[in-house]
Amino acid sequence: MYENPDGVMIGLEVHVQLNKLKTKIFCGCATDYHKDPPNSHVCPVCLGLPGSLPVINKKAVEAAIKVGLALNCRIEEYTQFYRKNYYYPDLPKGFQISQYDFPIASKGQIIIEGEDGELIVRITRAHLEEDPGRLVHEGTIDRSKYTLIDYNRSGMALLEIVSDPDLRSPKEARRYLDKLRNILEYLDVFDGDLEGALRVDANISIMGGQRAEIKNISSHKGAERALLFEIVRQKNVVRRGGVVVQETRHFDEAREITLSMRTKEEAHDYRYFPEPDLMPLKVSGWAPEIKETLPELPDARRMRFIKQYGITDDQAKSLTGELVWADYYEQVLKIYENEYGEKLDPKFAAAWINDYLKGEMNYRGSTLTYAVGKVSHHLIWHEYTVAILGLLKHEKITDDNAVIIFRNLLDSPRGGSDWRPVKKAADSAENYVMRILEEKGLLKVEGDIVETAAFEAINENPQAVADYKAGKEKALNSLVGAVMKKTKGGADARKVREILLVKLG
Amino acid sequence: MWAGINELMERIHASSSEEVVSEYFERIESSKLNAFITLSKESALLRAREIDSKAHDGSLAGIPVAIKDNISTKGTLTTCGSRILTGYVPPYDAHVIEKLKGAGAVIIGKTNMDEFAMGTSTETSFFGAARNPWDLERVPGGSSGGSAAAVAGGEVPIALGSDTGGSVRCPASFCGVVGLKPTYGVVSRYGLVSYANSLEQIGPFATNVRDVAALFDVIAGYDARDSTSVQREMNYSSELRNEVSGLRIGIPEEYFGEGTDENVEKAVRNGIHTLEDLGADLAEVKMPHTKYALSAYYIIAMSEASSNLARFDGMRYGLRTDDSDWHTTFSQVRAAGFGDEVKRRILLGTYALSAGYHDKYYLKALRVRTLIKQDFERAFRDVDVLITPTMPYPAFRLGEKIDDPLSLYLADVDTVPINLAGVPSISVPCGFSQGLPIGMQIIGRHFDEAAILRAAYTFEENTDFHTRRPGGI
Amino acid sequence: MIGKKDLEHMAWLSRLELSGEDKERYTPKLNSVLDYFSELDEIDTDGIEPAYHVLPVSNVFREDEVSVPTCSLSQEEALSNSPKKQDGFFKAPRMM
Ligand SMILES: [Zn+2]
Repeated sequence: MYENPDGVMIGLEVHVQLNKLKTKIFCGCATDYHKDPPNSHVCPVCLGLPGSLPVINKKAVEAAIKVGLALNCRIEEYTQFYRKNYYYPDLPKGFQISQYDFPIASKGQIIIEGEDGELIVRITRAHLEEDPGRLVHEGTIDRSKYTLIDYNRSGMALLEIVSDPDLRSPKEARRYLDKLRNILEYLDVFDGDLEGALRVDANISIMGGQRAEIKNISSHKGAERALLFEIVRQKNVVRRGGVVVQETRHFDEAREITLSMRTKEEAHDYRYFPEPDLMPLKVSGWAPEIKETLPELPDARRMRFIKQYGITDDQAKSLTGELVWADYYEQVLKIYENEYGEKLDPKFAAAWINDYLKGEMNYRGSTLTYAVGKVSHHLIWHEYTVAILGLLKHEKITDDNAVIIFRNLLDSPRGGSDWRPVKKAADSAENYVMRILEEKGLLKVEGDIVETAAFEAINENPQAVADYKAGKEKALNSLVGAVMKKTKGGADARKVREILLVKLG
Repeated sequence: MWAGINELMERIHASSSEEVVSEYFERIESSKLNAFITLSKESALLRAREIDSKAHDGSLAGIPVAIKDNISTKGTLTTCGSRILTGYVPPYDAHVIEKLKGAGAVIIGKTNMDEFAMGTSTETSFFGAARNPWDLERVPGGSSGGSAAAVAGGEVPIALGSDTGGSVRCPASFCGVVGLKPTYGVVSRYGLVSYANSLEQIGPFATNVRDVAALFDVIAGYDARDSTSVQREMNYSSELRNEVSGLRIGIPEEYFGEGTDENVEKAVRNGIHTLEDLGADLAEVKMPHTKYALSAYYIIAMSEASSNLARFDGMRYGLRTDDSDWHTTFSQVRAAGFGDEVKRRILLGTYALSAGYHDKYYLKALRVRTLIKQDFERAFRDVDVLITPTMPYPAFRLGEKIDDPLSLYLADVDTVPINLAGVPSISVPCGFSQGLPIGMQIIGRHFDEAAILRAAYTFEENTDFHTRRPGGI
Repeated sequence: MIGKKDLEHMAWLSRLELSGEDKERYTPKLNSVLDYFSELDEIDTDGIEPAYHVLPVSNVFREDEVSVPTCSLSQEEALSNSPKKQDGFFKAPRMM
C-alpha cells in the first residue's frame, strides 16, 4: 500500500486542443496556423469584432462525444454553451464561450499505473470551450513592459477534461497525463506534438489544507516539476507554522518554480449564463453510433499484443504506449508476411523494434513520428525495417550490420529520405540494403576473408594466445574483437569464435 | 421629398439614381435633425453611378437607404453612437448590408442612435441628440431615432433600425412613420452589434407599409452565420391586400392602462374601430403578466449587455487611453469610452448576474419571460393579431426624462413584451395629439408578419395619417 | 439595495473606473431601478422553466469546412483597427 505520507491530493484540468479539426470551434478559420505569422488565421468571430456571431462546429461536438465515451463518461442528453465572463487580454470578447451546467460528458474514469498498482482516476467532467489567444511577453510575464497578442489560437476547439483529486503524487499525475494523451492519440482527435496542444492546470493540496491552483503548465514533465516544487513549497509553509492559502500560481517553466499571481484582484465571479447566440444541443442520440466507430484503445491493444504475439508485458506496454509505435510494429509484421510469404516471429520483431530501435531513438531524442514525418514516403521506414529483419532472419547480415544500417538511417541528414524510396526502386528493399552495406564495405564477411583475419589476429597477438592457452578463457574475447575489427564488423562473431577455437586447437 | 419607392423608381428610370441620391444629400446637408452620424456621400454617388450604368437591377436599384450605426458596414465607420468605437471601421458587412447591396440599394449614411441602442430618445448618443422633425425641441424616440427622423424628415425614403425593446417602433411612433420589428430569427443579426442578443432584431422604416414590406423582403431570410436564424421563404410584398374581413383583432386592456395619454388611447381605439368597420372582428384578451414585462425585459437586456459590451477594451479597435497595467488600462478605456446610461446598465447587468443575485434577478426574469410568452400564446389561440398603442404618449421634450432613467424605461412599457415573446409587431401612424404623431402597434403570431402587414396596409389604405408631413423643417 | 461596496465590486467586475462623483450620482439611480425590479418578487414562478430562447430550436451546427473568403481576414485587415500594434501583433499593456 502507498502511504502518501504528505497527504497529497492532486486534481488536473487538462485542456486538449482538438487540433485535428479543420476549423475552429465557432468559425470557419483554418486550424493550421502553427507555422504562420501572428493574426493571420482570424476572422470577425474569433477576433471578437462587434456584431460577429458564433456557430458550432459539428465535428467538435462529435470529437467531444468520442473522447467522453473513451473515458467511460456519461453523455448528457441536454447540453449547452455558457458565457464565462472575465477579462484578460487574450480573451477577445471579454468572455469565453464554455460550458457550465450540463457539460457534454461527465462521470468517467481513467485507469493508470499508480504508486501501488492500478489506480482508478475519476473524471469529473469533460466540456467544450474556445481557446483564448496567445500572449507573448518580452522576457517574463512579471517584467515585460507590454504584452503582444496573437489571436490565431483564439477560437480553437478545446476539450477541458477535469479529474477528481485522486492523484497522490507528481509521478501519478505524469502517468495520468501520459495515459490521457495516449488515449487521445488513439482517438485521432489531437496531435500532441503541436505547440499548445495540451495544457494543464493543477490543483494541489497537502495534509487536508487549502489547495493552490497552478496554471501555465504546458508539458507532462512540466506538470511533474511544478507539482514537486509545489509540494516542497507547501510543506515549507506548514513547517514554518504558516497556512497554505488558496490561490492561483503561475508556473515558470524555465525556472521550474511556481509564482504567486499576487495582485489586489478580488475573487472571480464568472457570472455564467447561457450563450444567447447558440442554441442548446441534444446530441446524446449520437453516442451509440459514435461508440461503434471507437478504435481499439491502448489497454485493449496491450492485452491483445501480449496474448496474440506472446511478447512481454513491458514490451506491449511500451509499444502500445504510443500509437505510432504500436501501428509500426503491427505494420512491419504484416508487410513482412506479404513480402516473404511467412510470418515474422513477433518476439524477434519486438526485440528489434521495441528494445533496440525505440531505445536508439529515445537516446537521440528523436521520435518515430519525427523520423517517419521527415521522410516523404513513410513506407521507407517500414520497408527497410522489414528488409533488415528479413536479412537478419535469413542470416545474410549480422546483428552488428543491422545496428549499423539502422544508425545510418537515423543519422542520415534527412532521416532516410535521401535513401531511395523502396516502392520506386526497381529492385527489392532487401537488395538495396545489401548494396548499401556492400558500398560501405559493411557486408557480412565469410569464408577465406574471415579465415585470413583469424590467422593474422593470432599472429599479431601472441600474448593473448599465450594467456588463452594458460587457461584464461577471457583472452579469447580480445582475439574475437581483433577479427571483428579487421572485418569491420561484417563477420559473424559466433562463427569467428568457432574458427579461432579450431585454429588454437 | 417623401417619395415612396415606386415613385423614386420612376424618377430613377426617367433621370438617374445619381440625381435622386444627390437631392437627398442636399436636404441632409441643410438638416437640423442630426439624424446622421456618418454620411457616405462619395461612395453613395459612386455606387449610384455604377447602378445607373447597369440597367438598374434589383428590387431597390438606385434607392437611397440609411443604416442605423450599430449595423456593421465594411469600410464605413460604425460607432454605435459611442465614443468607445472611435475610428472603428468594420472589415466586414452585416448580412443585411450584403442583402441591400445585392438588391441595388445605395447606402447614404449611418444614422444617429442612443449609445449601444440603450435609450428611448436618442439623447444618449455621443454625437448629440437627434431631433424630432415634428418639433425640433422634442426627441425622435429611440434608440433608432436617427433612422426614423431621417425618414420622417424626408432625408431618406427607407432606413434600417434595430429593435431590442421597441427601438424601431418607438421612434416610428414618435416620428409618424412605419416601423417593423420582425419575428425573432427572421432577419440575421450577423453584423448587428449586440445589445441584448436574445431580444433583438433588425427592422425596416418607411413612410408607408408597402415600402416597409419591400425593404423587409430584401433583408429577411436565413443566414448560416446566425445560429438563431430561421429558414423560411416568404414574399411579404405579395401578401399586402386591402382586406381585413374576418380578421380577429385582440385588444389587451392591460396596454391601455394607467399612464397612457388620453389622446393616444383615443387615437388607437379609433384605429381599431376603423378596422372593425372594414370587416375585422374585435375581442378582448387577457394578458395578465404584462405588468411584469418591463422589469423582466430590463433585467435580461442589461444582463446580456453587461457581457456583450465586455469586448470593448481598446485592444483591438476603438478608443485607447494611456497604458499602465492591463487591468487599469481596461478600466480607464471603458470609463472614458462609455456614457453614463451605458455604464449604469453594465453595472446593473453585472449585478443581476453576480453570485448571490443571479437567481433573484436574472433567473427570475427568465421565468417571468416564460409567463409572458404564454400570455401571447394563449391570446393567439383566439385572435390573429393584437392591437395596442405603440407608446403610451407622444414624443416628449429633449431633456425631459434623461436624468431619470426609470421614467425613461417606463416609456417602453408597451413595446418590451413583444421582444420578450419574440413575436412580430409593426407601428403605423394612427393620429395626432397637439401636432405630434401617434403610433398604433399591431402584433402578430411568430412568423406571421403577413397578417400584421396586411392589417397595417389596410388601415393605411383607408386613412390618411401616413400622408401628413411635418412642416417646420 | 446597492451600497458603496457593492457598486465598487460591480465596477471592478466590469472594468469600469468610477470616480467618487460617479458613485454618488449612480447609486440612487441604480437603487431606484432595483427597487422597481423588486415587483417581480410578487409573482410565484415556482416550476416555471426559464425562457433562455424564444424559439424551440436545438442542434444548430456548421460543417467543419474552412470558409474562405467569407470568414478569414488578412493580417493587415485584422490589425487595421488596432490602436497599438507591433510586428503583426496587437499590443496590450503590461500584465503586472
Ligand atoms: Zn475565425
